[in-house]
Amino acid sequence: MLRNSKEQFGWVSIGIHWLMALVIFGMFWLGIWMVELEYYDDWYHRAPWVHRSVGMLLFFLLVFRLGWRIANPVPEIMGAWWEKIIALWVHRGHYLFMFAVIISGYLISTALGRGVGVFDWFEVPALFAADKGRESTAGFVHMLLAWGFIAYIGMHAAAAMKHHFIDKDITLLRMLGINKQRGEE
Amino acid sequence: MKFKILLGSALIALGLSTSAIAEDFVIDKKGQHASINFKIQHLGFSWLIGRFNSFDGTFSYDEKNPSAAKVQVSIDTASVDSNHAERDKHLRSPDFLNVGAHPTATFVSNSFKELGNGKAELAGAFTLNGVTRDIIINVNHIGAGADPWGGYRRGFEGFTTLKLVDYNLAKANILGAASQELELHLYIEGVRQ
Repeated sequence: MLRNSKEQFGWVSIGIHWLMALVIFGMFWLGIWMVELEYYDDWYHRAPWVHRSVGMLLFFLLVFRLGWRIANPVPEIMGAWWEKIIALWVHRGHYLFMFAVIISGYLISTALGRGVGVFDWFEVPALFAADKGRESTAGFVHMLLAWGFIAYIGMHAAAAMKHHFIDKDITLLRMLGINKQRGEE
Repeated sequence: MKFKILLGSALIALGLSTSAIAEDFVIDKKGQHASINFKIQHLGFSWLIGRFNSFDGTFSYDEKNPSAAKVQVSIDTASVDSNHAERDKHLRSPDFLNVGAHPTATFVSNSFKELGNGKAELAGAFTLNGVTRDIIINVNHIGAGADPWGGYRRGFEGFTTLKLVDYNLAKANILGAASQELELHLYIEGVRQ
């Protein structure tokens, strides 16, 4: 089943969730690694090129994901009423974080009014006027947001573990596409 | 009557000569008739050209007493511009100019020597990245005179070579052996105050 239902996530949501998780961790590591590369390193130009390209693709995937999220029902959040409210807003916070990290990165590369190449495939144009010096501010914000987001994901993962091991509910399992009832035997 | 004219012209002459002694100029920042550019080898294959967009300064120059000339320039190091956003960001970082800790580079002259033929030698203290070194700038006079808008202007160009290692730029060595010296080119136009 591709679409979500009131009971379970469809494969599109599940696939995008884990693909993004993987890519986000990869991008975080790549970002930390590439800024320390020496000038004569083979990856000095290639690593930022991959980072920029993947970042832009991630943006398009994120827009699609947001549309998919809005157009689909969502399985009910488990827990007490206040946990449901927190969970809903923490989930929405992920979207906010992802957009903020990607946009701040985009603002670095486009600070002089030039577009961002996506591999050798196409170019995302610079939408904002050139603004000398923005690259440094945006770079700093991009780094802070990236670290903040990773911490946020850690919290999200801890909450998933809490659901799985303490509450013993199916919150984690249904995001893995495993369909079973728990805790009622 | 004769005496009065004499006195008058003496006063005028005095007035003119004092104004000539106090020829103080401010770099034409508003009109952007001044540039501070740099040039450094890329891998030993070509030149990379960059500039500092924001700087300010004054100089005094008296044609009758050129060795009294004084120059003072301060450069906003964060305004470095090599026409490449990510490189500029890197140049501002602690790896190179460390503009957070050292936002200003300064030059203060301590001697000026006419060499004839429109050439001169300007010596002074240059501070970059918090390190001060004595440098010599080779100066060419370009021209001076009344401008069309009622002012008086004077212009120079100056060239000097800096060794990156002298200024403790943390990652300068990663640029490779061909890129350890930087040429600084100054094109300065001052408006007389």
